[in-house]
Amino acid sequence: MKIDEIIALVGGRLIEGNNTENEEVTRAFASDLMSDVLTIKDASSLLLITGLANTQTIRTCEMAEVRYVLFVRGKKVTDEMKELAEDNNMVLMETSYSMYKVAGILYANNIQPLY
Amino acid sequence: MLLEYQVNGGDFTNAGSVSSNVKKMMRQLGVDSSVVKRTVVALYEAEVNIVAHAYRGVITVDLQPDKIYIKLADEGPGIADISQAMQEGYSTASVAVREMGFGAGMGLPNIKANSDILNVNSVVGKGTTVEITNNF
Ligand SMILES: Nc1ncnc2c1ncn2[C@@H]1O[C@H](COP(=O)(O)OP(=O)(O)OP(=O)(O)O)[C@@H](O)[C@H]1O
Ligand SMILES: [Mg+2]
Repeated sequence: MKIDEIIALVGGRLIEGNNTENEEVTRAFASDLMSDVLTIKDASSLLLITGLANTQTIRTCEMAEVRYVLFVRGKKVTDEMKELAEDNNMVLMETSYSMYKVAGILYANNIQPLY
Repeated sequence: MLLEYQVNGGDFTNAGSVSSNVKKMMRQLGVDSSVVKRTVVALYEAEVNIVAHAYRGVITVDLQPDKIYIKLADEGPGIADISQAMQEGYSTASVAVREMGFGAGMGLPNIKANSDILNVNSVVGKGTTVEITNNF
C-alpha cells in the first residue's frame, strides 16, 4: 500500500519524508516497547505503529532499520525527531486515531501482521 | 581502528549516538549489512542500558577488517545476579525509563541473540562491563 493511501485511511498527515510516491508498505507492527522493535529481523516495507514519540523511537528505528513510522493518538513529532529521521531517510506520519483503531483499519485493508 | 566514547547515565537525549556512529563506520567499511544490523542492535541495547541503569560509562570500539570488538564499561550499581538479568522479562527499570519505551527486560537477551561472543561482568556497587564481539 502506498504511503498516501495509509495517510488517507487513518486521517493522518505526513510529517517527514521526501519522494514517497513510489514507496510501499506491506506489513505492520504495533508497539510502544523499543526492545520489542529491536527484535525485528527483517524490517523491509514495514510500518511501525506507535504511541511513543521521543528521540529514542527514531534511534530504535535507525538500528532496527524500520523506515516507516506512524505516531498515534495525536503524539507530536518534535523538531529533533524530524532531524534524526531526515538523516536516516525515514518517513514519519501522525494521526489522532488510537493504536487499536489504526491497527484495525490497516489490517482490514490487507496490511499483513509481522507475527 | 580504535575509538572511545563517553556516555552519561540518564542522558536519553543522546542515547544511541554512539551506535549511530558505529553503524555509519561499519557501512563505510563495507561490512555485510546483516552483520552491521546485529552489531548495532546489540550495541544500542547495551548503550541504552548504561543510560538507563548506570551513572556513566566508556564505550571502546575496536573495528578490524574481519571483526568488531566493543567494550562497554560503566560505573553504576552493578548487577547482583547476571543469569537472572539475562532472562527475558526481568527488569528493574524506573518509571522514567519505562516512559522512554524501555524496561521490558528484553535488552540483554537481545544483545546475546545479536552477538557472536558476549561477556557480562559486574561488581555490585562498582559497575558493569559488557563485551561484544562479532565476526564479519
Ligand atoms: N549496565 C547496567 N548496570 C546495572 N544494571 C544493569 C545494567 N544492564 C542491565 N542491568 C540490569 O539488568 C536488567 C535487565 O536488563 P535488560 O537490558 O535485559 O532489560 P531492561 O533494560 O530492564 O529493559 P529493556 O532492555 O527491555 O528496555 C535491568 O533491568 C537492570 O536491572
Ligand atoms: Mg535494557
